[in-house]
Amino acid sequence: MNGASAPQQHEGMRTEPAGCADVPILRERGQREVFCGLTGIIWLHRKIQDAFFLVVGSRTCAHLLQSAAGVMIFAEPRFATAIIEERDLAGLADANEELDRVVTRLIERRPDIRMLFLVGSCPSEVIKLDLSRAAQRLSQRFTSRVRVLNYSGSGIETTFTEGEDACLAALVPEMPAEPGTARSLLVVGALAEVVEDQFIRLFAALGVGPVRFLPSRRASELPAVGQGTRFLLAQPFLAGTARALEARGARHIPAPFPLGEEGTTAWLRAAAEVWGVSEERFAQATAPGRERARAALANHRATLDGKSIFFFPDSQLEVPLARFLSRELGMKPIEIGTPYLHRQHLAHELALLPAAAKLVEGQHVDRQLDRCREARPDMTVCGLGLANPLEAEGLTTKWSIELVFSPIQGYDQAGDLAGLFARPLVRREKLKV
Amino acid sequence: MQLAVWTYEGPPHVGAMRIATAMQGVHYVLHAPQGDTYADLLFTMIERREKRPPVTWTTFQARDLGGDTAELFMEAARDAFARFQPEAMLVGASCTAELIQDDPGGLATTLGLPIPVVPLELPAYQRKENWGAAETFYRLVRAFAGPAEARAPRDPARKPRCNILGPTALGFRHRDDVAEITKLLHSMGIEVVVTAPMGATPTDLKRLREADFNVVLYPEIAQVAATFLQRHLGQPFTRIVPIGVGATRDFMAEVATLAGLGQPATDGGGALRLPWYARSVDSNYLTGKRVFIFGDASHAIAAARIAQEELGFAVVGLGTYSREFGREIRAAAEKYGCEALISDDYLEVEERIAALQPELVLGTQMERHIAKKLGVPCAVISAPVHVQDFPARYAPQMGFEGANVIFDTWVHPLMMGLEEHLLGMFREDFEFRDGVAPSHLGHGPQPEPQAVVQAAGPASWANEAEAELRKIPFFVRGKARRNTERFAEERGIAVITIETLYDAKAHFSR
Repeated sequence: MNGASAPQQHEGMRTEPAGCADVPILRERGQREVFCGLTGIIWLHRKIQDAFFLVVGSRTCAHLLQSAAGVMIFAEPRFATAIIEERDLAGLADANEELDRVVTRLIERRPDIRMLFLVGSCPSEVIKLDLSRAAQRLSQRFTSRVRVLNYSGSGIETTFTEGEDACLAALVPEMPAEPGTARSLLVVGALAEVVEDQFIRLFAALGVGPVRFLPSRRASELPAVGQGTRFLLAQPFLAGTARALEARGARHIPAPFPLGEEGTTAWLRAAAEVWGVSEERFAQATAPGRERARAALANHRATLDGKSIFFFPDSQLEVPLARFLSRELGMKPIEIGTPYLHRQHLAHELALLPAAAKLVEGQHVDRQLDRCREARPDMTVCGLGLANPLEAEGLTTKWSIELVFSPIQGYDQAGDLAGLFARPLVRREKLKV
Repeated sequence: MQLAVWTYEGPPHVGAMRIATAMQGVHYVLHAPQGDTYADLLFTMIERREKRPPVTWTTFQARDLGGDTAELFMEAARDAFARFQPEAMLVGASCTAELIQDDPGGLATTLGLPIPVVPLELPAYQRKENWGAAETFYRLVRAFAGPAEARAPRDPARKPRCNILGPTALGFRHRDDVAEITKLLHSMGIEVVVTAPMGATPTDLKRLREADFNVVLYPEIAQVAATFLQRHLGQPFTRIVPIGVGATRDFMAEVATLAGLGQPATDGGGALRLPWYARSVDSNYLTGKRVFIFGDASHAIAAARIAQEELGFAVVGLGTYSREFGREIRAAAEKYGCEALISDDYLEVEERIAALQPELVLGTQMERHIAKKLGVPCAVISAPVHVQDFPARYAPQMGFEGANVIFDTWVHPLMMGLEEHLLGMFREDFEFRDGVAPSHLGHGPQPEPQAVVQAAGPASWANEAEAELRKIPFFVRGKARRNTERFAEERGIAVITIETLYDAKAHFSR
């Protein structure tokens, strides 16, 4: 902490990590029941309104996107797949020429596109199709009309939310340079618009600012970055983006993640300390939100208190979620599976986990299912491939993907977040058939 | 490279999964990168299956590519055998694993597993889901069918026996079609030996040879296997897909011939309601409704016949994404006097529907979406499917009950006869605004105005004619516009006036 005021201790939350390095972690390898990074396109294409995502991949990639998207929710999505065919592989067609042809057709169809992401996939990476060179070439061709960038969302490189990390990291070099050393706050990670607006109001009340967001709602309005930029991570899966921002002079403000009343307060406080906000002003600005959050959480506490919970790995949100559920709602995490554990970014979170929780990084889905059946948790958080089969075995489940698609951060979403976990239990109780 | 927004079919290994998941005692070990496991959710979420598909995925990552992915595959196959104890194992590769050429078939052989292992070669950059399903089913049938033999004629004292081939997991109404057709065959005095792949074990496949002939419910999936069985065991197979009243009757006649039985009674035993419902006077308003049909080839062809012959619609467009059955679709389209559309490009299908301006779309979930956008009523007749295509109730497409279900399903989205008249007569009633839905469907008007693609017609519209056109109810306005423009073009009329509009109306009146 390099703020003007000294780090302070506050009720119930240690802002310094304590002993996290000692947390034992089981590392597993085996079958992984997780999405690849392409899945992030489902929310990113709605978040960045003038961007288009073109996956360069196989029919499998296209099928994944429409299956994960719940099949055609949107009139015309701002994503598509350039499906590699036999003739591209056999060298009958130059894959680069084919890609240029597809991109040209796409840009003619969608003149509203200002930024195009070429998104690498497993097949494009295995055949070593150089998308960064393609992006440069196409950027030159469509100068001033469309900026073409690239990143990898392939399953061999990225797990689920790491696709967003790769996308945001690709945006960082595009951000304009902030001249001088004027201090600004950058909030990193795609958030629902309603959540962004709430944070804007909170930071204004704290006198922290100017506040900017990455990704911005329009690709043509990327925030500036420079030596004075301090950034807060709104999501726990942004290791690459954080590195890219640091390379441009920005500095990370370590904090827990803004889930629940406690997490949101600590997250805001980390920025407030950097800005030297007085304790009085902090208390004043956050008190109404904290009270609302506590009141909303109280509605769900009776349902969730004392209930055991088991996380299959999915979005990397598992550790902050387990912290929130155990500390604010009295749930008992049995196993917290996560596809990847970023110890540094999660340092504050790990310190707050109950000692009894078992941490598992990676996955061997069959062994994990064995452990889950053995433990018979009151609630299992898992992906869509596992949820109904586990329900059929009598376990109560919560689909993890909903946690990525819903506004869950901040004070005014704390109750909604708890509600997502309470609903399956309430429902099981209600049904008499 | 092909630019795809949405796809009608998944990759071929998803077709193989549909076979493995439909069967019992089969496990599929699939060499695939992390992320391909999304396909599990098709079965557990869309079809609400209570069990995970019997598939083990190697889910390799970049760090494995530098090492030994072949060893990873062998370990996964060994573990899958030990854990799931299947009767038989399918092994294969998804699109990415195909590129790294580890040869799952060869690797599995070296494991020396004590069960039959059937290797699958499903070229992911050439083929698609239905082809993958057909190939997988064929490979399994071939592996378990036993030695070739010539068919002895049936002992007349024994009941005729058949197999039912084609129903899979994630199929459009396959569960209920099987129940309906099994009942129909039993009513004809025919025994069903094996239904496959749905519910069959590899051991059951060994009993396929006990049947006198095969019933192919879904040619897209079972025709390759049935053709093999005809060659290998001398079992003939049915060519008619029993969807619709006429097709069900023809199917029964075909089955009776193959079974060596007399011609059966095909009145449906009192349970068949479609013919009377179609004749009852309130169905008059269905006459000549313009329908656009798109789906897999079998369902599309069957739908066209029902639309034309059993409901009195006019088929204005017929198409399929099943290129393998392009010839059949072209022949059917010619019969109904429309142009065939053979394409798996969603945008092309959308353009065609917008240009044809049908009054009803019969399609897949994709066309349902297009129709919603264009404000045209729609019913789903074919895969690709969504969760709502697996209804809790019994809702077959095949047989006589299937025909009843189809009558209800297709007529439901349409405006009822009298309502249509009232809308026509009282255009200026403030509640009859454009986009108003049939009142029995309850929901409000479409927020977005009907986005009809306006082709640059040769004739232009005078203002007062355009205004008059707007008085015509929206659901027939597209047709009126097209007809008037055609009328004007044929007569070399440059500007369409109110007179032209009514001249055209008189000319085309039905």
